[in-house]
Amino acid sequence: MVDLFELLIGKEGDKDYKKKPVIVQGITGKFGAFHTQQMLAYGTNVVAGVTPGKGGQKHAGVPIYETMNEAVSATGAKISIIFVPAKFFLSAAVEALESGIKLLIAIPEHVPVKDALTIVDLAKKKDAIVVGPNTPGIIIPGIIKIGIMPASPFKEGRIAVISRSGTLMYEVSHNLSVANFGQSICFGIGGDPINGAPLIQAFDTIRNGANIDGIVVVGEIGGDAEEMLAQHIIDTKFDKPVVAYIAGRAAPKEKRMGHAGAIVYGNYGSAESKVSMYAKANVPVAKRPAEVPMLLAGKFEKGRIK
Amino acid sequence: MRLLEYQAKSLFADYGIPIPKGLTSVDIEQGRKDAAVLGFPFVIKAQMAVGGRGKAGAIQKCQNADEFELKYPDIMQKVVKGEKTKAILLEKMADIKKELYLSLFLNRGKRCYTIIASGEGGVEIESVKNQIIHEVGLGNVDAKTAEEVGKQMGLKDKPLTQFIDILQKLAKITIEKEAELAEINPLAVLGDDSVVALDGKVIIDDNAMFRHDELRKFQEVSELEERAEKSGFSLVELDGNIAVVGNGAGLVMSTLDMLSDNGGKPACFLDVGGGATTETVYEALTLISKMKKVRGILVNLYGGIVKTTTVATAFIKAYDDKIIDLPVFARMSGAEADKSKEMLKGSRTKMFDTIEEAINAAVIEMNKNG
Repeated sequence: MVDLFELLIGKEGDKDYKKKPVIVQGITGKFGAFHTQQMLAYGTNVVAGVTPGKGGQKHAGVPIYETMNEAVSATGAKISIIFVPAKFFLSAAVEALESGIKLLIAIPEHVPVKDALTIVDLAKKKDAIVVGPNTPGIIIPGIIKIGIMPASPFKEGRIAVISRSGTLMYEVSHNLSVANFGQSICFGIGGDPINGAPLIQAFDTIRNGANIDGIVVVGEIGGDAEEMLAQHIIDTKFDKPVVAYIAGRAAPKEKRMGHAGAIVYGNYGSAESKVSMYAKANVPVAKRPAEVPMLLAGKFEKGRIK
Repeated sequence: MRLLEYQAKSLFADYGIPIPKGLTSVDIEQGRKDAAVLGFPFVIKAQMAVGGRGKAGAIQKCQNADEFELKYPDIMQKVVKGEKTKAILLEKMADIKKELYLSLFLNRGKRCYTIIASGEGGVEIESVKNQIIHEVGLGNVDAKTAEEVGKQMGLKDKPLTQFIDILQKLAKITIEKEAELAEINPLAVLGDDSVVALDGKVIIDDNAMFRHDELRKFQEVSELEERAEKSGFSLVELDGNIAVVGNGAGLVMSTLDMLSDNGGKPACFLDVGGGATTETVYEALTLISKMKKVRGILVNLYGGIVKTTTVATAFIKAYDDKIIDLPVFARMSGAEADKSKEMLKGSRTKMFDTIEEAINAAVIEMNKNG
């Protein structure tokens, strides 16, 4: 499989080391235009935008192309971020993957399950990583921000954060930063039932990263991704500290709590089920976001005594 | 969107899956007419989006007109697990020889559709024994797969042939209507070896509704939910007295958990989306003002890019316009927090640095008022 860190940072000596080029699909929409400026301000190397009908124009100094094929051949970019409305997501994502994009960040919320499944299938064939849909994106503090997250909660460091929720990713990262646990990467997998890179895959793409001392997994009710991850941690004997948080303990059953994926049927997707599986994997679960750094500190403390 | 039994069955009928003869009504006058058409005996079934209707007495047999006059109004008033009866289905009784379980669902972990079937149905899925599980990719089920599943369930001869047809049709519904779940429980083998869907549960992918105008007639949203949806918010109404508002589903769920841990009772879950502007917060307050049980509002906003002053402006405007006169307990992280606190001095909105402090203050205030 493609290496996420190589895509995002590259190797020392690469011409574009720590300056990997990024294309923005839907660059002239209100949302896309705003976040293109925010990404540029962070230092992300946004090299091209795509909006059909606006080829040849520029936004924030970034040249706009008619199609992904043109944008990719002009720039050689392997990373793209999509801002189009959910209805148009499928065609935009297909275009990106067909043009050779290897890391696709899918921002739109409300993408139909069928379209997400179609993209998951295509990404497998193309050996590409799809992050989202309904994700805030990915940030490597100090190096690259591909997404809609504010910059302020994040700080350079050695903890990886994987999250099913956007604002909770900011909240937890902010709490970590304040407690001096900076982050080596924050990876929003998205709040939908079908994720391009589900929890386990996100975990596996970063677990062997050079700058990772521990991993924080921010989850929520719905599905069985946390249960599968807990089993995976046991099976693969992952021995770095892992701490989790799960939102939605107080949510009623069979009600969709904001995220399309946050819904409990019977015991399937319940917080209790997730907490008990995490317990088996020796992963402590915080009761509130502010408790995450304390639990992480406890894990490191234990590691030192051992 | 979860379809009611009669709605799911009307889809089944459209696709040629056999269902018992039945009629649906929302008042007893129509019910009496339906009863006359159908003829006694029959089953009276409350139409509500919840499982466990049988145990709760929301499904009852009816032998004659006297029973009908007693049972129809009784079932119409039933509330099971907080869900009210929306309509009543009168359905002819079936001569059941064997009950089976069959469903196709979106398997999130495996990222594909999956068949669950069993030769022992009629109970909730958690208690279904000898489950046969079969992954089917994007949902298409060919005759060979359907036959394999049927044989594993112990079916043969006419019931097997019928089952193969039903499973393939159920798969067609799942794909064409973009369902996350299509369940028949029980699927019954009758005395004459015909196979019939005695119940139906179908959940449609809400995000795909823009492609399914034909299903709009089944959509039932409260006035508040509809208004919330128009503003791009997510709203879930709950039983307590403190409205919980925030930006981002995870953050609002997290706030709900912490409030409940501290003995507070949430009146709603209101997610205004990732951003937060003066307009969205003002609209959120307007929505909350229409909920009668609300005595206080707990706000948790992770600002980041947004200035907290823009949000503070919304509170002040809402008080000025007399939209709300409730106490607000707010935590807003982000730029210009001090200036926001200054702006809100003297208003009924108290700003706190952490959500924990805001929750404590809200719970104390609610307890004070009883």
